[in-house]
Amino acid sequence: MSTHATTFGVPHRKMAMWVFIGSECMFFGSLIATYLSYKGKSVTGPTPAEILNIPLTSVSTFVLLMSSLAMVLALDAVQRDQKGQAKLWIGGVIALGGLFLAGQVYEFSHFYHEGLTLQENLFGSTFFVLTGFHGAHVTVGVIWMATLLVMAFRGRLGPERGLDVEVAGLYWHFVDVVWIVIFTVVYLIQ
Amino acid sequence: MNEIAEHQSGAHASRSTYWLVALILAIITMLEVAVFYIPFLRTAIAPILLVLSATKFALVAMFFMHLRYDRPILTAILSTGLVVAAAIILALMLLFGALRLMAPA
Repeated sequence: MSTHATTFGVPHRKMAMWVFIGSECMFFGSLIATYLSYKGKSVTGPTPAEILNIPLTSVSTFVLLMSSLAMVLALDAVQRDQKGQAKLWIGGVIALGGLFLAGQVYEFSHFYHEGLTLQENLFGSTFFVLTGFHGAHVTVGVIWMATLLVMAFRGRLGPERGLDVEVAGLYWHFVDVVWIVIFTVVYLIQ
Repeated sequence: MNEIAEHQSGAHASRSTYWLVALILAIITMLEVAVFYIPFLRTAIAPILLVLSATKFALVAMFFMHLRYDRPILTAILSTGLVVAAAIILALMLLFGALRLMAPA
């Protein structure tokens, strides 16, 4: 593993992840901008007020927030060399991330049966692209966490791997903060 | 001290702080949902929700992503991304006339 730091005193991989996160802000900013620009301009239904399920999405939001807690506790456990705790919390992140994705699959299939598809109207196009890309990011995060869990079960996730877990955690928390914005802009401000 | 050891010795929040932040995040989420369902807040729903959302964003970034304890350059990188994202959102909304649609009649 590389142990080099940048001239800012930050490890290269961590700096790279932050730069990636900065670029992802612009990516999701563009998707949110597109959603907001076309908001209220659909000429056919279903509209957000008719179809969005706030109670379900509120639970999903809570689940994703708690996954961030599990992630930061996993990092703390790895840095303290508490292997059992590390496995528990990484497993928790995977379970909560999987639960969030299951909720999204349920929501998408429900919308499809209610007549909202990617091609149906402007709301459908912008909604599915925005939330779909977010879901894809969560999926990548769950896969990443699964690889960390495998490493933990093989006894290869000690304090010397703290940076690996921290970088994965940064990605996971970013996915969480993006959802914080989507939940407010798409679901609550209709 | 090598880079990893130095990195790991940096100050991070305690576990109790993480649990407290998670509790605050959960409470803010409940407040957001409550605001959505309270009829007399309808006129001010957007600014209230945006402030609550920004608070949650900041809490996660500061404590869970450790920006509060980390090098300022990392905060600068995130802030740059956010400023550009905000500019993109405003520019596109202006171009498509979406801001006019959201303004009260």
